[in-house]
Amino acid sequence: MAKLIWLCLNFVILCSTVGAVFEDQVGKFDWRQQYVGKVLFSNFDAQSQSSKKVIVATENNVFASLNIRTGELFWRHVDAIGPEGKIDALLHHGQDALLVVGDGRLLRSWEINIGGLNWEIVLDSGSFQSACLIGQQDIVKHVAVLKKTAISLHYLSNGHQKWIENLPESETVDYQSVYSGGNGEVYVLGIVPHSHIAIVVYSLDDGEIIRQFSVEAPWLSNIQASCAVIGEGMLTCADSATVSLYMLDLESQTEMSQIPLQSLGLEVTPGFQPVLRSTQPNAARPPLSEFFLQVGPEQHLLLQLNDGQIVTLRDFNPALLVSFATTGEKTIAAVMSPKNTTACSVNLFSAETGRRLLDTTLIFPLDPNGGKPEELYVQAFLKKDDSVGYRIMVQTEDHTLTFIQQPGRVMWTREEALSDVVTMEMVDLPLTGTQAELEGEFGKKAAIQDGLFSMVLKRLSSQLILLQAWISHLWKLFYDARKPRSQVKNEVTIENLSRDEFNLQKMMVMVTASGKLFGIDSKTGTIVWRHYLDNIPANAAFKLMVQRTTAHFPHPPQCTLLIKDKDTGLATLHVFNPIFGKKSHVTPPAMPQPILQSLMLPVMDQDYAKVLLLVDDQYKVSAFPSTKNVLQQLQEIASTIFFYLVDSSQGRLSGYRLRTDLSTELIWEVVVPTEVQKIVSVKGKRPNEHVHSQGRVMGDRSVLYKYLNPNLLAVVTESTDTHPERSFMGILLIDGVTGRIIHEAVQRKAKGPVHIVHSENWVVYEYWSTKSRRNEFSVIELYEGTELYNSTVFSSLDRPHAPQVLQQSYIFPSSISTMEATLTEKGITSRHLLIGLPSGGILSLPKMFLDPRRPEIVTEQSREENLIPYAPELLIRSEWFINYNQTVTRVRGIYTAPSGLESTCLVVAYGLDIYQTRVYPSKQFDVLKDDYDYMLISSVLLALFFATMISKRLAEVKLLNRAWR
Amino acid sequence: MALPLTFNIALFYTLFVVLFTDVVFCNNGRRVGDVMDTEFGGFSVPLEHSFEVDDVAQFRVRGALVLKAGREPSVALTQNQLSEEDRAKLKEVAAVDGLYRIRVPRVLLQADRQTERQLEGYLTAFVRACAMVESHLSDVISLHTDVSGYLIGVSIVTLPGACRGTEVEDEVDLEVFNTTLSVMGPVNAPGPETALFLERMEMETEKKGKNPQEQKSFFAKYWYLILGGAIFLVVSSAAQPPAGGGSEQS
Repeated sequence: MAKLIWLCLNFVILCSTVGAVFEDQVGKFDWRQQYVGKVLFSNFDAQSQSSKKVIVATENNVFASLNIRTGELFWRHVDAIGPEGKIDALLHHGQDALLVVGDGRLLRSWEINIGGLNWEIVLDSGSFQSACLIGQQDIVKHVAVLKKTAISLHYLSNGHQKWIENLPESETVDYQSVYSGGNGEVYVLGIVPHSHIAIVVYSLDDGEIIRQFSVEAPWLSNIQASCAVIGEGMLTCADSATVSLYMLDLESQTEMSQIPLQSLGLEVTPGFQPVLRSTQPNAARPPLSEFFLQVGPEQHLLLQLNDGQIVTLRDFNPALLVSFATTGEKTIAAVMSPKNTTACSVNLFSAETGRRLLDTTLIFPLDPNGGKPEELYVQAFLKKDDSVGYRIMVQTEDHTLTFIQQPGRVMWTREEALSDVVTMEMVDLPLTGTQAELEGEFGKKAAIQDGLFSMVLKRLSSQLILLQAWISHLWKLFYDARKPRSQVKNEVTIENLSRDEFNLQKMMVMVTASGKLFGIDSKTGTIVWRHYLDNIPANAAFKLMVQRTTAHFPHPPQCTLLIKDKDTGLATLHVFNPIFGKKSHVTPPAMPQPILQSLMLPVMDQDYAKVLLLVDDQYKVSAFPSTKNVLQQLQEIASTIFFYLVDSSQGRLSGYRLRTDLSTELIWEVVVPTEVQKIVSVKGKRPNEHVHSQGRVMGDRSVLYKYLNPNLLAVVTESTDTHPERSFMGILLIDGVTGRIIHEAVQRKAKGPVHIVHSENWVVYEYWSTKSRRNEFSVIELYEGTELYNSTVFSSLDRPHAPQVLQQSYIFPSSISTMEATLTEKGITSRHLLIGLPSGGILSLPKMFLDPRRPEIVTEQSREENLIPYAPELLIRSEWFINYNQTVTRVRGIYTAPSGLESTCLVVAYGLDIYQTRVYPSKQFDVLKDDYDYMLISSVLLALFFATMISKRLAEVKLLNRAWR
Repeated sequence: MALPLTFNIALFYTLFVVLFTDVVFCNNGRRVGDVMDTEFGGFSVPLEHSFEVDDVAQFRVRGALVLKAGREPSVALTQNQLSEEDRAKLKEVAAVDGLYRIRVPRVLLQADRQTERQLEGYLTAFVRACAMVESHLSDVISLHTDVSGYLIGVSIVTLPGACRGTEVEDEVDLEVFNTTLSVMGPVNAPGPETALFLERMEMETEKKGKNPQEQKSFFAKYWYLILGGAIFLVVSSAAQPPAGGGSEQS
């Protein structure tokens, strides 16, 4: 019975440590932003002018519909990651959108209004080539899917297959394109590179081959890149070698006619592959006879095919992007041309005549911190007076979508680069201008330099500034109070960003894979600044470091981004101010050698910037900043600077020591043979972590001291043998200074992916158990024992006794995506593990449950210690989800930062979505509740105060009276 | 470790002879461990050390490690004394806070033939030379192997580990190494302990089953409370009407 009560009590205590969110707190401390990724295909819902949807399919295997008024998502479907969910094609017809997914594995039809799935069919195997809608007699009823070896035709209404035919000679011919002009015939165009084009014509009704012929084309290598069908079945190809167009009538001719571009009076920029762009507004009719020919990077021509003759309608030079759009019976051409350095202009032209349409100019502002425009999507509609109106959506190199209405009003922008955040940091906001003024006034330097009189003047002026600020604040309060509440907006701008009382609002500096940097206000999620780095290699690795925090006024805060090309190892540094996003005037050092390792020292230069050491492949060290002061300091402490390098291809971990001349010497080496296992991750501790208590009080009142080695590395290895019976994962705890192996364990019948968190005196990792086919958690804790070797300072060089190692494992009922531990200012608050689940939940699991000292048999002592009895399974309680119903899709990383309140830890989860919230692992012990009754407590206090006063007075009177008696 | 040193040397030397002459040694791969255990085979690799004033490593032989493979790999060490010259140098290095390094070649403990054992490269570790001096050459060297018997790391610490700057007067203290040597393989990390937990659960349910009081139904257990409550209700409801009536009348 006592046990039962004890258990109940335990659960009550444990459950109460995690504060769930009340309904009225939703969105108060947290926000979520949903993204789709870089757009691959996009279509406007061209039903009517009032339609407000644009459907997009993206590189991240997301299919979504955006509201064109606000840019918000109507709906979004996220498919599997990788090639399995890759969207190959998007076809749009009426209310339906057809998607080919996973290299031609699936064909899906979506209803675009509500985003419901109409039907889905599994296609026959074979790699996908092309797809197109097929119509007959003005009605589009079918979709054709071309694969490497076969073509199949499906009904649009239910996806049933009408017919499937194998392609003739598919071993030699590379079939690339399918086309139909609405006359009951389906053309399949294939090519034998540098030899001939093979054309097979199928009957729409039964899939019978009507015609089959081939045409010599030794100059052609790729149909999709250089050919287009124009007008009534005229296959037109551009060839850069002979600078000419080749034309072939698919219905009658058997030979291509060559038209040199020179004969049309046209020239091609040398070395440029001309690109054709045609338009087929209705799948049941042949394409228009007008088409674009791009002859240079910034030159486009609008051409027309007229009775077999090519006529130049208009020459657009310069023109960045062109696009066709159709509304009703009208087809227009939109052309974007550069205007000046800060803007581009877009104009509409009639496709038939090439005449410019009046009043259709639209200005597209170029963001100086953004990329160049990359793709132009046009939504055209007929106005009431039958003239054509339009809106455009522009995609730029930095994956930004901008939606613009005439005459240049930016309706919205979506920063899709944020769907791929690589790394981030949170930086404290600076003090306000007035606070900074005061800081400056009473700064140490100022006091020494200035005399008494100037100090008095300074004091007076700063007080005036304070007064002014206070008055303007009052005025604003008064002004806002008159307005209805809904109109009062708290716009976040750089000007009004300042640190709040408890440092809960911070600047989130996010680095994305596309090379765009963002500064986001953590309280509201507003993007405060953005900066696009345009020379980022495709497979770059990023490391973001805060060199100077905001604490060193008047020196601006400084962040350094190390960008490293993974192939060559060459790196560059981008130094910037994390609050404003501006590039710093500090010139980073040029690094001609590949960089192996970077490390941030706690040493500061005279401007309070922490020193960054970069180790190149010659094992030479360079410092940034490398002033005389820094070099001198480095010389003094060189013998205490150690660093380690990991070469996972050779399984080698090696330690180096810095010498006074900034060269290095190898001091230790550990080699894990790559034949047996490979190093998958090496994890140190976070440098800004504080541990408040040195040990744990045991049941018998003795203390078990923690082994708090700040240089400890956790190295995870996985076996090369992947057989479920023989596979294993190893975990090595190595001292990063001495190379001493503190602990070596092997988890048998286990495999990755391994997620690991290393903090304080513990390591928690998660792996897949191949034996039991489940996910398991394991925790390792290190203790020095009941006596400390040296309680004042920790030195890796002088700690001869190996720590006690305790380990315990648990079953976890879900796989996990990522894992991180909470972090607080002083480390007093108990720790929780934040676990990102594939389901989109973020679980806050108390570390208390992952404690190797959980006893299997409950004793008096373990009860005294508040240890939970061991249970092999860790349960997922729904109240542990910190993001309630705000699913974070494809969470890839969780970032935690301490706030000014000891109880509060700021959390950012990023993946396809970004979610920011606060967690209170030990509840809000240092904060009064939201609904705290100030009135009651103050009135009670006041009442008591008066009551005492009055009763005192009364007592005095009474005493006096008694004395008189 | 130091006590049976001479005995060990003799034993291992004889074993070497046995091992090296035993060229046509046949076994079917599965029972390597068993055979090695019974054969009591071992092999020797050099343990080298380096201590230089300018900190440029120059390794010289300190002794020989005699490794014995098997399920429980063991190791023994034969090492020379430090010469007069070396002692002076070590003290000199300690004075400038230099490093005392050791290295062993990478080897595979479990292999049958000498050629398979040796791998390219060395494993190195270090300790501050002053710690070496102040501890009078008492060091603890551990060799770490991985699952398949490869030597992956070596570590050295001295006891005591601190450098306090105490002078070592007696030259004799720096003559003989007082080495504690061990070879360690990885420990098996525990999996979730389900069996014991289930056993405990079973025991608890059994205990409940044995205790007849626990098995009583809710009513059987708390009948007196329920009865008491019911009586109280009846009494209070019976007492109320007169009171109510009384108030109505007044």
